Amino acid sequence: MAETGIQARLTCKVGTFSLDVDLDLPGSGLTALFGHSGCGKTTLLRCMAGLQGARGIVCVNGDEWQSESGTRPVHQRPLAYVFQETSLFPHLSVKRNLMYGYRRIPQSERQISFDQAAEWLGLSHLLNRMPEKLSGGERQRVAIARALLTSPKLLLMDEPLSALDQSSKQEIMPYLEALRDNLAIPMLYVSHSTAEVARLADHIVMMDKGQVIAQGPLQQIMARTDQPFGLEEDAGVILDATLSERDERWHLCRADFAGGHLWLRADENLAIGQRVRVQVLARDISLALSEQADQSIQNILPATINEIATEVSPGTSMVRLLAGPTPFLSRLTSRAVHSLALEPEQHVWMQIKSVAIVD
Amino acid sequence: MDIYWEPVWLTLKLAGLTTVVLLMVGTPIAWWLARSTHWVRQPIAAIVALPLVLPPTVLGFYLLVLMGPKGMVGQLTEQLGLGLLPFTFEGLVIASVIYSLPFTVQPLQNAFASINEQFLEVASTLRASPRDRFFSIVLPLARPGFLTASVLTFAHTIGEFGVVLMIGGNIPGETKVLSVAIYDHVESLEYTQAHWLAAGMVVFSFVVLVTLYSLNGRLQSGLVK
Repeated sequence: MAETGIQARLTCKVGTFSLDVDLDLPGSGLTALFGHSGCGKTTLLRCMAGLQGARGIVCVNGDEWQSESGTRPVHQRPLAYVFQETSLFPHLSVKRNLMYGYRRIPQSERQISFDQAAEWLGLSHLLNRMPEKLSGGERQRVAIARALLTSPKLLLMDEPLSALDQSSKQEIMPYLEALRDNLAIPMLYVSHSTAEVARLADHIVMMDKGQVIAQGPLQQIMARTDQPFGLEEDAGVILDATLSERDERWHLCRADFAGGHLWLRADENLAIGQRVRVQVLARDISLALSEQADQSIQNILPATINEIATEVSPGTSMVRLLAGPTPFLSRLTSRAVHSLALEPEQHVWMQIKSVAIVD
Repeated sequence: MDIYWEPVWLTLKLAGLTTVVLLMVGTPIAWWLARSTHWVRQPIAAIVALPLVLPPTVLGFYLLVLMGPKGMVGQLTEQLGLGLLPFTFEGLVIASVIYSLPFTVQPLQNAFASINEQFLEVASTLRASPRDRFFSIVLPLARPGFLTASVLTFAHTIGEFGVVLMIGGNIPGETKVLSVAIYDHVESLEYTQAHWLAAGMVVFSFVVLVTLYSLNGRLQSGLVK
């Protein structure tokens, strides 16, 4: 059994639905389980936690939770689970909810202190409240902190934002991003929202009818010409970039990524050195055979054509390009592909009309 | 004066002991009935509810037969050197436990069934073992149910008559509880004494129920506080 990463080979049957997956996931970062409702992503998460019986193996960074020879009950697995619905114990105050799991792990295994968790999730002023007196967003923050306080080896989240309104979602997102970037704990995050996945995921597992249909790093999956992500019109790539320069005169900001840089509109909140996630839509990239100076587009990058999928829909072709190691997608009319005689390995210039920070 | 207070004391002792025993016996039964999906659940639930619909004399009759010298339970207790249970206080406790069983089990079962299963799942992901979950989640959330069960069981045991008459008879200090004492007084046309005891029962029952309702109200609003 591999010493790192998360292996899950599971089969289970619930009524007419059957789950059959074989996953090998990275042992760090946030992995999104993505798919339409009823595709089995929540069932998979419950099977991994042991909340639902399944045959097979689960192994987390070398620790066997379930094998052919036996399975550990939920309360003996070093995991934390954040449920979709508010799941705070109604008879306990916020503080005692947070302490519930914290008290039950040995002192030597506690890696996150109570004050730290309360501060991270902005709960210090809520500790004496009862759950009924909290807003939806606050409750979910308490649930996340309560989960973290068990110092888990794997954090499972089942659509933690789906029961919240838009403003509560916006309130919690930054906390989730901070956890992803600052914790060394691998996270499995179930979602059916492309916006959440685009913003949070490092790695993605796409599911349909109880099976895995695609998996890999988010960047690679988003840049596939066959678009398993199903964004259609909004197909595009996601880049992780760092802000390196600010142009005060033109209100622009330079974002560096592996393989080049892009200029973005400078927002008040952006700071030099900050990591941002940038989305470039396929429909916003046009291609030119030479670098053209006499035009308005500011972001022009050299790239190599990697793959051309013609007629992804009538009259439309999808071109996959590489700028350094970073993949891009460009959606063109099939006639343009034909008249420019585009083909793989060809060097071209990408003219990028619009770049947006994902939030 | 002892003639008055002896039955009262005996009744309270019987009801108290029955309630304690039933909370211990009834809790696991109620938990199982609330959670199980096994097909025997319905027959078991029916058996638990039988004392609600059977005339107490029927129950008392069978218990008398079972615990008598020729009954299975009677032979067992004799072999264990415990003697025969009918017409003893211990026999009365056993009969009361069976007679009042549904009054403990049903409120508890309802309380357990209304607990959201997800709280137990959450607790298990927070490292709580099944036993730990029962004490830290189920018991506190089912508190109003326990209160109702205790009070109903206690009050119902105080009011029992038919079963006592069949199995306990009328032995002062041993099995002569309030309801039998009242019956005795009426039989011998001592209406004044009967009045004292009967009126006492009415007042007592009323006070118990008022206390129960207001406590339950407070408990429930306490959870929302």
